[in-house]
Amino acid sequence: MSNFTRRNVLKTGAGLAATGALASKGLIRPAFAQDMSFTPEDGASLRVLRWSKFVQGDEDLFLQNVAKFTEMTGVQVQVDNESWEDVRPKAAVAANVGSGPDIIFGWYDDPHQYPDKLVDLTDLCDYLGGKYGGWFDAAQTYGMRDGRWIGMPWGASGNCLVYRKSWAEEAGFSEWPSDTEGLLEVMRAMSANGHPPGFALGNAVGDGNTWTHWALWSHGGKMVDENNTVVLNSPETIAALNYVKQMYETFIPGTISWLDPNNNRAFLSGQISLTANGISVFYAAKNSDDPAIREMADDIYHANMPIGPVGTHSELHLFTQAMVFNYTQYPNACKEFLRFIMEWDQYQPWQAAAEGYICHPLQAYDENPIWTADVRNTPYRDCIRNMLYNGYSGSLGYASAAAMADYIVVNMFAEAASGAKSPEDAAADAHRRAERYYRI
Amino acid sequence: MVAEAPKVPGRSYQLSLWARLNNNRDILGLFFMLPAAVILLLFLTYPLGLGVYLSMTDSRIGGVGNFIWFENFEWLYGDRVFWLAVFNTLLYTIAASIIKFALGLWLALILNHHLPFKAFIRAIVLLPWIVPTVLSAIAFWWLFDSQYSIISWALQKMGIIDQYIDFLGDPDNARASVIAANIWRGIPFVAITLLAGLQTISVSLHEAATLDGATPWQRFRHITLPMLTPIIAVVMTFSVLFTFTDFQLIYVLTRGGPLNATHLMATLSFQRAIPGTQLGEGAAIATAMIPFLITAILFSYFGLQNRKWQHGGRDD
Repeated sequence: MSNFTRRNVLKTGAGLAATGALASKGLIRPAFAQDMSFTPEDGASLRVLRWSKFVQGDEDLFLQNVAKFTEMTGVQVQVDNESWEDVRPKAAVAANVGSGPDIIFGWYDDPHQYPDKLVDLTDLCDYLGGKYGGWFDAAQTYGMRDGRWIGMPWGASGNCLVYRKSWAEEAGFSEWPSDTEGLLEVMRAMSANGHPPGFALGNAVGDGNTWTHWALWSHGGKMVDENNTVVLNSPETIAALNYVKQMYETFIPGTISWLDPNNNRAFLSGQISLTANGISVFYAAKNSDDPAIREMADDIYHANMPIGPVGTHSELHLFTQAMVFNYTQYPNACKEFLRFIMEWDQYQPWQAAAEGYICHPLQAYDENPIWTADVRNTPYRDCIRNMLYNGYSGSLGYASAAAMADYIVVNMFAEAASGAKSPEDAAADAHRRAERYYRI
Repeated sequence: MVAEAPKVPGRSYQLSLWARLNNNRDILGLFFMLPAAVILLLFLTYPLGLGVYLSMTDSRIGGVGNFIWFENFEWLYGDRVFWLAVFNTLLYTIAASIIKFALGLWLALILNHHLPFKAFIRAIVLLPWIVPTVLSAIAFWWLFDSQYSIISWALQKMGIIDQYIDFLGDPDNARASVIAANIWRGIPFVAITLLAGLQTISVSLHEAATLDGATPWQRFRHITLPMLTPIIAVVMTFSVLFTFTDFQLIYVLTRGGPLNATHLMATLSFQRAIPGTQLGEGAAIATAMIPFLITAILFSYFGLQNRKWQHGGRDD
């Protein structure tokens, strides 16, 4: 990152100023640096494609912000929604055909599939990073390529451990463990009490990929090294597989078939004591029509994925970022729109309305009161801070996207956990599968 | 109908070019076939050709790839997941088609008898075929759920099992479960079409055979089955093609899991091409389905086509 000294200086400066102001005065609205803006082109109008909301509050506030933007600038914005898994192919077609929405909120490494089709957002992202305490490392990795910003990180749908506090206490754990060994112990104890955990091991796009990548990375395994050489078949990976195999022994039966919705259902019906999920389980419980389930919400607690033998956080979350396409006639209007929705005055209420669903990529937004309004929200605050990126520690691009879409890591863990293959065979097989994608 | 050019002294041809074209059988024939040809070329030949072409490129979604000849196929040859999908697809198609045929024929024979409320019952039988696949797949997803399956629940209440059946979590169970769902959905098509065939069989044949003392089995074996063979050929060809190219059931129920045990070639092709953005490789998997489909068609064509003996003649 040597070519980003200006940004880093800004980042440190503004970050210190922001935290300083907050610490001393306890302001709700942190004091941030000066504003910057882009002047939309005359007669500009925008088409924006985003993934469909997971919670109503997200959409409501997003549209409110859009209306506010139109009111301020006169730029009309048409917002289209698409199911979250369908945004990726749509964006790829738009990029390569050269026509479509001006801005698309895509996922993960999308911008790295067609970097030359995207408008350079370096000025915008430098400004935002400088003003709001800097971008988290993983956000920067996702947004930047060859020293320039090609995507503007928007947030992540965080994935944390969701557990039943009373059952953990009953099993003798008043403190939730923060390391992998401790997690295994509490899982065993709860399972022995008839409250098994359950993590998705089927081809679940979100819930399957996120926690298995954590399991792999937390033990030091990874798919590729910095030179994009496949190094998956390693003692670290096998250690991770053995760990998950032990976890699996405590699981409720059937997790090999679980797709994204299964763990939510099982948790809310009281069949499992612990899973890895977004804040949606808690959200659904506290907003349920059923008083019994609302009562359960008081017992639902969250924790960040524990630290494994590598000694640092190593999580994966559903990460989303905005892309502005070259074909747009109004690049400045696009940048102004993105700047506008990312500013504290818009982002903070939007994030609050999403009730913890969306974790921020900018460090200063840790101060959003939503994260401390309920102690159960707090772990989701740190998701992007604790995050690595898919395809770690290689570069983002076709191979990283394709390897994840092919469920290589998920399948490897499912094979080893279920005993369909020995951990050694599962790692060797996944290694070969990964090599197919990283051959170029 | 070919109009002769009128003989006019001094000139052998008087009609305009248009009039001559208008009266030429070959030209008119081509002209009348044009709409059908355009539709076929535009909506069938072109996409198929494009698919085959894409399978020989390294295209990504929306992008133009390089032509790489058979490299995609070479890579697939060494890909165990691909071969697993081929195996799954064959197992799925063969098992489901045979059972659909047996149960469908049985159902058709029952429905061919005089039953009360015949029309009503026949309409009901068609229901699984009419319900949108995705809806029935979601219903099956609940039936097969590892925690909420009503099948497991009922069996447990009856004391037959202690633990819920892991329908979709065990590779063998998952294969059986998706095949069962496909059979449920496919039987009406087979049954109703075979029923239509059964009704074309003249009653007098059966009457004559009965008078000659033929048992019901003999009548079925020597009258019904031979007369039905041409229809069976058509029905089974379609049934095999539908089953082989199935996508929605798998995508809703398992997404190809567990451990890729239910990935069909169609679902793997989609997974690689669209979410995985490797359009060329996805197209290669889809193209690899073509030889299987042609084999299935040729088999029913040559194996089950109309034979002379069905009409009292002799096969050579």
